Amino acid sequence: MNLLPEPTLNSYLVLSAVLFAIGTAGVFLRRNLITILLSIEVMLNAVNLTFVAVDRYLGAVDGQIIVFFVVTVAAAEAATGLAIVIALFRHRETLNPDAFRTLKW
Amino acid sequence: MDALFFWLLAALAVIASLLVVGQRNPMYSVLLLIVSFGALSGLYVLLGAPFVAAIQIIIYAGAIMVLFLFVVMLLNAQHESQVAGYEARFTGGSFARRFGAALAVGLAIELGWAIRRLQATPLGGEGRAASTVYDIGLRLFRDYAFAFEATSVLILVAMVGAIVLARKEGS
Amino acid sequence: MLYLIPFLPLAGFVANATLGRRLSKAASAAIAVGAMGVSFGWSAAAVWRLLHVTPVGGVRAIDEVVYSWLVSGRLNIPLELRLDPLSAVMILIVTGIGTLIHLYSTAYMHEERDSEYARYFSYLNLFAAFMLILVLGASFPVMFIGWEGVGLCSYLLIGFWFTKPSAADAGKKAFVVNRVGDFGFVLGMLAIFATFHTLDFQGVALQVAGLPKEETFGLLTGITLLLFLGATGKSAQIPLYVWLPDAMEGPTPVSALIHAATMVTAGVYMIGRNAVLFGHAPHTLDVIAVIGCLTALMAGTIGLVQNDIKRVLAYSTVSQLGYMFLAMGVGAFAGGIFHLYTHAFFKALLFLGSGAVIHALGGEQDLRYMGGLKHELPVTYWTFLIGTLAIAGVPLLSGFFSKDEILWKTYSTGHVWLWVIAVITAFLTATYMFRLLYLAFFGERRAAHGAVNHGHATGDGHGAHLHDAPPAMAIVLVVLAVGAVLAGYVGVPDVLVSGGNRIESFLAPSFSAPGAPPSVETEGAGAQAFHSTAELSLMGVSTLVAFAGIGIATYFFRRKPAAADALADRFGGLYRLLLGKYYVDELYDAAIVQPIKRISTLVLWRGVDAGLIDGTVNGVGLVVRGWSAVLRRLQTGSMRAYAMSFFLGVIVIVGYFLWR
Repeated sequence: MNLLPEPTLNSYLVLSAVLFAIGTAGVFLRRNLITILLSIEVMLNAVNLTFVAVDRYLGAVDGQIIVFFVVTVAAAEAATGLAIVIALFRHRETLNPDAFRTLKW
Repeated sequence: MDALFFWLLAALAVIASLLVVGQRNPMYSVLLLIVSFGALSGLYVLLGAPFVAAIQIIIYAGAIMVLFLFVVMLLNAQHESQVAGYEARFTGGSFARRFGAALAVGLAIELGWAIRRLQATPLGGEGRAASTVYDIGLRLFRDYAFAFEATSVLILVAMVGAIVLARKEGS
Repeated sequence: MLYLIPFLPLAGFVANATLGRRLSKAASAAIAVGAMGVSFGWSAAAVWRLLHVTPVGGVRAIDEVVYSWLVSGRLNIPLELRLDPLSAVMILIVTGIGTLIHLYSTAYMHEERDSEYARYFSYLNLFAAFMLILVLGASFPVMFIGWEGVGLCSYLLIGFWFTKPSAADAGKKAFVVNRVGDFGFVLGMLAIFATFHTLDFQGVALQVAGLPKEETFGLLTGITLLLFLGATGKSAQIPLYVWLPDAMEGPTPVSALIHAATMVTAGVYMIGRNAVLFGHAPHTLDVIAVIGCLTALMAGTIGLVQNDIKRVLAYSTVSQLGYMFLAMGVGAFAGGIFHLYTHAFFKALLFLGSGAVIHALGGEQDLRYMGGLKHELPVTYWTFLIGTLAIAGVPLLSGFFSKDEILWKTYSTGHVWLWVIAVITAFLTATYMFRLLYLAFFGERRAAHGAVNHGHATGDGHGAHLHDAPPAMAIVLVVLAVGAVLAGYVGVPDVLVSGGNRIESFLAPSFSAPGAPPSVETEGAGAQAFHSTAELSLMGVSTLVAFAGIGIATYFFRRKPAAADALADRFGGLYRLLLGKYYVDELYDAAIVQPIKRISTLVLWRGVDAGLIDGTVNGVGLVVRGWSAVLRRLQTGSMRAYAMSFFLGVIVIVGYFLWR
């Protein structure tokens, strides 16, 4: 079944780039704090994909280890981020990021 | 076969991600993201990294997304059409949104173009066995032991932080 | 051990300056007078040693390097002191008369507070130290230390009662005017270094001796004129004399020491020190002679009508200094120094005597309110009389010999017109000095209405205690009077006592180049006979003139006082001109001081300082503020905007790497 082109490294990288861009768009476009965090997770995943793909290309294992750490850190970040979201929600009763404008002078 | 799976899973991941970003219901977003993770997990398997695939499912989809779900339900996040808008001038609100989205597209194009410049490089290593947990473990605990320990401290800190940040005043 | 001579007063200064507040008056006085006294003894011993030193190249000298001061490249200036005949005379004057004046001050300043008393003596000692450095210095820079130092001390002492605005102003005026002169001096010094590559007096003299005399306005003339500018500042000649009359705001002993006997003579000394250099610039010498002569005349005319006893003496000092410069200008260097020496005695005597008068009258200084003190202040009167006779040039007293020497030398070198003016000035000198004597001591007391309490006291309001000078002051007056009589006998001219004029032969080696034979005049017998006749007849002329002056004064101020006032009314304009000191101060004020003030205020202050500098500094602040007002908008508080910024940065950086 060789109708579809064989996936090369490039394909994986392109896929990763696309996913990253989608995630970034999500950060800007969504009006819900939680969804913004989700978009960030999307971006992180795109990066993971890049690492694993290059790892396979190079024949090493280090990329997967990095992915391991990324996932761990993402978990920590998600936890903390959500805690902050909860705290903010308690204050303002809304999850709209535009409502929080006090991070300034 | 691999090629087929690749394009299938790739498509699935992209569509799911688009929907995560695009559609309005936060609950659905979370679930769709889980789908996306699943697709990625499959891609990892294709790349010969079963351990990472397993990690992805267990931790990412299994733990983090569940956490997100809990929070969504706790906060009773609204469908976005019902959220009041806080439009502001230039630097807030709609300008940032649109400009940011444009930038995202720009990035995608940039990366794509850069990747195009590379010649098509085959992935190589088809005959090689998939990397085993053993290999990863060896690397992790030998060469990256310090990072490992540091990460564990990081998790501890995050845990404490989350508790502190999220508790009710005066409790 | 020459350095002890200036060092002892310096130590006295340090002691009184640091410990003064806690010392009793007796202790402060003892330190100060003691330092000066021992310094005098040491000076005498040093001079004694000098007389027994074998001459080198015709010059007797003792050199002493105290300290290696400036060594830089080609420049090597050690702190070197040199005692030769000229400086020997000077140190004896400074320490001798200085000690007497210190002694006098112990009584005169007695009404001050203890701390002020000590401050006074510390300044006085410091002055002596600097003056001694000035005269003992073997090179220009060392002399300059002393030069500047005495200027500083003059400022400190003139403005001693600085709470009185006129005194503070006088001190500032003295210092600033001096500075103008010093500017010339420094330029001259630099020019000398640039030309001769040495600043040592001997070295310069040696090099200059090899040069021909400058007939036109050349380098040497320029240098010497610059140095002379410094001398006019220090020694109060035209055009920089204006500070000296105002300097009378200071305590009278200060006027005696600094402005009669020592500091103002620094200019004369400096020219004498550089006799070889000046000798090679005849045009400068002409300028010096003319300025000296004119200054003498001008000051004499002003002194004729002044009403403040110290002002009269101040103008008299300026006048006598003019004589000294006249002498230097016609080449009679020894004559100038001789007059310096005798003048120190009788002028100090006159000032201290006036101090006694002022002290007795409780601060009154105006001649119009004095009179009849002859019987009440006998010691003061008699010593003052001797001083007045000396300055008037009455024969057998010191002033006669020295002034006559100058007059003779002026005439014999061919400066006939200058001689005429000098004789006229001698006449005026006799006149105004006797006017002073008569107004102060003779006739009836013309007390002023109201309180008589301006002047020197700390304002305690004590009335006149009409007693004669206390012992400390009286002894000094007597000693100075003796000196005023006898001092001249070292310079009795050859024509009266053969082999005489010892001082001229003593000083001659100092005025000639090292290695060259001293230029004492020797002439053939015939010419000598002619000269003695001329000299004797001129001596007669000056004696006549002196007595004429005394006579006129007696007529106007003793016999018929009303005649003086009548004369003043008839020549009202002239009288006012003289009384107003030819309005020179007003002229300087209008021409120099006001424009400078205006420029300073408008241009420098408002323009540069407030406008430019403050503007720049404030401007920087304003710019920062302006920019920050703009940049502040970036902090919107909107999280999305921040995210956008991140992202933009990411794109840029990624793009950069991808491009590469």
